[in-house]
Amino acid sequence: MLEKALSGSRRYWAWVAVLLALIAVGFSTYLKQYHEGLGITGMSRDVSWGLYIAQFTFLVGVAASAVMVAIPYYLHNYKKFGKIVILGEFLAVASVIMCILFIFVDLGQPVRVLNVLLHPTPHSVMFWDMIVLSGYLLLNLIIGWTSLGAERKGFPPPSWVKPLIYIAIPWAVSIHTVTAFLYAGLPGRSHWLTAIMAARFLASAFAAGPALLVILCLLLRRLSTFDAGSESIQALAKIVAYAMSANVFFFLLEVFTAFYSHIPEHMAPIRYLFFGLEGHQGLVGFMWSAAILAFVGIGLLINPSTRKNERVLPFALAAVFIAAWIDKGLGLIVGGFIPNPMGRITEYAPTFPEIWITLGVYSIGLLVLTVLYKVAIAVREEESLAAHG
Amino acid sequence: MSVTRRRFLKLGLTTLAGVGGAMALDGFWRGSAEASEVLTDQKALKAKHWAMVIDSDRLKSAENVQRMIDACHRTHNVPDFGNSKDEIKWMGTETYEHAFPGQENGYLNEGIKEKLFPVLCNHCENPACVRVCPTQATFKRPDGIVAMDYHRCIGCRFCMAACAFGARSFNFRDPRPFIKQVNPDFPTRTKGVVEKCNFCVERLEKGLPPACVEASNGALIFGDLDDPNSEVRQVLATHYSIRRKPELGTEPSVYYLIGGGEEHA
Amino acid sequence: MYKGGRIIAGLLLFACLALMPFLINIGKAAAKPSPQVNTPFIQQLTTQTCVEPAAFMKTEHMQLLNQWRDAALRDGKTVYVNSQGQSFPISLENSCLKCHSNPQQFCNTCHTYAAVKPYCWDCHNQGGTSQ
Repeated sequence: MLEKALSGSRRYWAWVAVLLALIAVGFSTYLKQYHEGLGITGMSRDVSWGLYIAQFTFLVGVAASAVMVAIPYYLHNYKKFGKIVILGEFLAVASVIMCILFIFVDLGQPVRVLNVLLHPTPHSVMFWDMIVLSGYLLLNLIIGWTSLGAERKGFPPPSWVKPLIYIAIPWAVSIHTVTAFLYAGLPGRSHWLTAIMAARFLASAFAAGPALLVILCLLLRRLSTFDAGSESIQALAKIVAYAMSANVFFFLLEVFTAFYSHIPEHMAPIRYLFFGLEGHQGLVGFMWSAAILAFVGIGLLINPSTRKNERVLPFALAAVFIAAWIDKGLGLIVGGFIPNPMGRITEYAPTFPEIWITLGVYSIGLLVLTVLYKVAIAVREEESLAAHG
Repeated sequence: MSVTRRRFLKLGLTTLAGVGGAMALDGFWRGSAEASEVLTDQKALKAKHWAMVIDSDRLKSAENVQRMIDACHRTHNVPDFGNSKDEIKWMGTETYEHAFPGQENGYLNEGIKEKLFPVLCNHCENPACVRVCPTQATFKRPDGIVAMDYHRCIGCRFCMAACAFGARSFNFRDPRPFIKQVNPDFPTRTKGVVEKCNFCVERLEKGLPPACVEASNGALIFGDLDDPNSEVRQVLATHYSIRRKPELGTEPSVYYLIGGGEEHA
Repeated sequence: MYKGGRIIAGLLLFACLALMPFLINIGKAAAKPSPQVNTPFIQQLTTQTCVEPAAFMKTEHMQLLNQWRDAALRDGKTVYVNSQGQSFPISLENSCLKCHSNPQQFCNTCHTYAAVKPYCWDCHNQGGTSQ
């Protein structure tokens, strides 16, 4: 089926060329980082994780969100999602690949990465995260590819895929729960030491992931013959609206606990993010933008008239997506390190090489996504030709 | 078609398992010559739980503390990058407010408020860094020392996020050009690994006390917390002591005597 | 054959690329390495043997070094008692390099020949005098 990605319009190849160019820039910048060390990034002794790990965390959420399509379709027989379930699975595949790459580029000694397998350590959450992420990648790749292959031949998917589909549902929840546990179990980081972390992660994931999926569906409608159907798009948009509402609600719970209890270490990171601390205000603009975008997005998506307006819908979804990205892909990880365990403040801003590497990884993910979507759409086109011709 | 494919897969898997098993066995048997063994050195200082008591009253000036830090950093080839972003330190200094956050008040005795307290790895009994390390590159030895295996560290920095005391540093760059004078008896580190205080395990093995203790003029007391007759136990039994962030339950093995300016024996 | 010319040209190109390392190095055989063990320290020894017999060290030194590393670093066992009952301190700097004070020659000749890049010297000092 992969050969279907080898023939396409001029626009398709131009897009692939742009991605390949960005990958080349990212890769050559990575070689520089490999030789000189992570010193070329903005990370420091105090803020020891930055853009890479934040993107990893955010993308685990995008990957997990495939269940928001799978659950209605497979468990509740919501047929309208039949066309897009494959898009959700392939989005998960591309996201997990990016997650793995973001972890890899963050390592100080990448050639030793297999030490994680050579010395398996069940008391480390990182060990479990590796297992759930690689398992999730395999599950989605197998389910998506097999279902599509069967569809091409005009058969229902083979029976052995069914159990994998059911396993993939709790598995998706597990990848984001385990990722939250990376942070939520650390004794000295008050901003992360919260029982609601996994719930927040899932809520923001189920908002950002489907938002991206709908944007992709709307793009595909313009660029290809694929039409997800407005009913399934509306259903997904409602999922986004309520998941984002839950996400904002959970965040407000954190604010209440920190400020009503008035415990300094719990207040300090939130203060830093939204108001700045001791004159350091690096993320204040971002965080308020996120807050405004979140409320605007929720408002537009809950209100039926704006949600059903397909001119407004992409902006509402983009607002939610960007808000979730700032919250998780920037504020949550960096905020956890500020102030440091001694109560001192070191700010963080990514450097250009770091941004290029990040863009390179995103381009790899987009290339994988492009190829997989191209195959899926070409198979569908072939089917409709066979049906009509 | 399907029969041959099945046969092929079966054969392939069996071969893989066989090769893997053989490699594992090979690695297991080879490498140790017959009848050889490894022992601990007779000269080595031994303890069930190494601990340190820092008598802050004896640290009269910032120079006293700096001398200890220099001794440590020279001994262990700790580089000086000259900037706080890439900084590596095994021992540093903090004021009371920052070393013991949450314990300060607005009316502290000036002497304590201004004093620089040495801060280092606490060699916790329940170390969060050891719990999170995905490769056991950082691990707790039976004598209580939280040690690091720089050969194994993949540089994921999970331990730095887990440490509640800011005791860990990462080699953001190749440290070698930034070591003023290399101590040939101790290795340097390479870029991309995390490092921290090792309670001078390499000196204890040779029967020597830690370098900072030696340079402290008696301000640092080092010994076995499990031995009721040890000096650390005697000092802790007769003085009021505190530890950093005890509420987190990591059980630091570094104790601070804060006497408020009185002299201690 | 459909598009036969292209296929054959492609195959030839592939064969050239795959054989590139060999083609480039044709006629450039590297000399057989001969690690020198005639350092002043070794010459003064009455019995010139390593911690284990030379044949064992030649084939197994990497495994032995790994075993030493884990014993010393992880278990605090810093003394190695060999198969003849002699003891040695477990230390790259203070045991191995005491005799083999010429690591540039002794270690690197074979490693370069075999295109092996051990990471020992990223951290361990290859000896101040010989550098």
